Amino acid sequence: MTTAVKSPVDPQKRVHRSGTAKPRRARGALRPWIYLLPAAAVLLPLFGYPIYMLGLLSVFDYRQAQVSGGEPTSFIGFDNYAKLFGDERFWSVLVTTVVFAAALVVATLAVGATLAIVLTRAGRIPRLLLSLAAMAAWAAPAMTGATVWMFLFDADLGLVNQVLGIDGYNWFYDKWMAFAIVGATVVWHSFPFVMVTLYAGIQAIPSGVLEAASLDGASAWQTFWRVIVPMLRPLITIVVIQSIIWDFKIFTQIYVMTNGGGIAGQNLVLNVYAYQTAFGSSEYGLGSAIGVVMTVILLIVTLFYIRALHRSGEKL
Amino acid sequence: MTRARWIANVVAVTAAVVTFFPIYWMVLSALKPAGEIQSLDVRPWTLAPTLEHFQRVLGGENFGRYFVNSLGVALSVVVLSAFVAFLAAVAVTRFHFRMRTTVLIMFLIAQMVPIEALTIPLFFLVRDIGATVPGVGLNTLGSLVMVHLAFSLPFAIWMMRGFVAAVPDALEEAAMIDGASRPVILWRILFPLVAPGLVATSVFSFIVAWNDFVFARTFIISAKDNQTLPAALLVFFKPDENDWGGIMAASTLMTIPVLIFFVAVQRRLIGGLGGAVKD
Repeated sequence: MTTAVKSPVDPQKRVHRSGTAKPRRARGALRPWIYLLPAAAVLLPLFGYPIYMLGLLSVFDYRQAQVSGGEPTSFIGFDNYAKLFGDERFWSVLVTTVVFAAALVVATLAVGATLAIVLTRAGRIPRLLLSLAAMAAWAAPAMTGATVWMFLFDADLGLVNQVLGIDGYNWFYDKWMAFAIVGATVVWHSFPFVMVTLYAGIQAIPSGVLEAASLDGASAWQTFWRVIVPMLRPLITIVVIQSIIWDFKIFTQIYVMTNGGGIAGQNLVLNVYAYQTAFGSSEYGLGSAIGVVMTVILLIVTLFYIRALHRSGEKL
Repeated sequence: MTRARWIANVVAVTAAVVTFFPIYWMVLSALKPAGEIQSLDVRPWTLAPTLEHFQRVLGGENFGRYFVNSLGVALSVVVLSAFVAFLAAVAVTRFHFRMRTTVLIMFLIAQMVPIEALTIPLFFLVRDIGATVPGVGLNTLGSLVMVHLAFSLPFAIWMMRGFVAAVPDALEEAAMIDGASRPVILWRILFPLVAPGLVATSVFSFIVAWNDFVFARTFIISAKDNQTLPAALLVFFKPDENDWGGIMAASTLMTIPVLIFFVAVQRRLIGGLGGAVKD
């Protein structure tokens, strides 16, 4: 895939070759758009339009009464946002989301990177075993991952409580303990991506470079920080940003494992908060405003991502 | 064997065991008789495996129906998304046109959008569409196919792009000189060449559709027959006494198809991801 720098067929040349004049040339210029048409037909109404509508809903007073037609919908400008930013709850959820996502990113990267290095040093069979196990965790649906980890930590019948002999202790009552278990589930799901990507990156480092480092007397630790990390910097940046984006959007695990956001909403993250505000409390306008805030934050992260891609030499 | 290699082996095997354990525990619990699950004397094996949980789940709770629903939705998404993503990928790799970079960046940005937040406008959109077009409104499987297709496409196009770009131009140019028409080149030459990439991409589309929880939960409100697996799983959660045997059996049923697909294409998947990430 490194040979993939394209020199696309020049439409001019093609027209020349087929020896036809203007109408043909017009079709040549249109052709990519014809190929993009099916994608546009799906994405514009089902992706672009909802994003626009999300913004629109966020500046309207849109609640149960308006949905059922009992009251007219009214434009209220930035009232939803004012309400949101004046609400202590929103800020605490925002902070929780950021802290939780940051912890997840660090944990995922630490586990993924460590195991990627372990893979490069382990023998064939341990390597195969770890690859297969990681593959299984990667493939498992978020929903079933959530149910299994809930079962493991179940208060009465969970393996963890039975092994520790603390029957009846509910791990999900405590805010941070609940986050820790949900976090473990998420890391379990997401470290394989980091591990596999970084392992592939390390494999791609010319062996001569690593040999030279060891000839110069570099320890494994030095080789890692002074040789491997700098060489993989672009790849690491991409993995980090990709993880930030995923971990900021965690939904299923929180929703299922803490039963919709935990006791008194203590385990809410922005995504679940938006959903609950809209569908739980029928505050669709307010929920949309939370959605817009999230989208803006992710958009900023995405801009960094695009810059990182650009720097790593990705041909757009 | 050096000491470093030895440590690496131990860590790798330990990590493999820890990582695989939840899956093992899920399948084991699904096969354990109810008595053993209730028992306080917990054992990591069972001497009396039984299919009672699977039978109960598939029979009584209508899970077979949900399984078929999930499969139907996921396969429809796979077929549609493969076709649409292939064409779009060809457009952005084989042609130079104005706004090409803009289009590409939009596919990239689309992958970052928090789709759960979009359930709010989509809920109303699907409700309104359903009022005019039957079969894709609320409570229908069609609505799920529609939104899953939209949300799997950006990544599918992004990934396909790497596979299409890897096919040398020369083949198409030679065919063109031989007088082959554009559709022939597209479907007879390029399509078979990128088929392996298409399979890998399809797995991702399949997983998006198969794993979806939030849309199924939001759109399928009253039509119980049109439920899909992830949302249907919640049926087993009861306030006091969770039916863990049933939950684990249902989870196992839901995990196995994805696991099979994933393992079948894992080599290409990693190649494709490497391509998508590194290029």
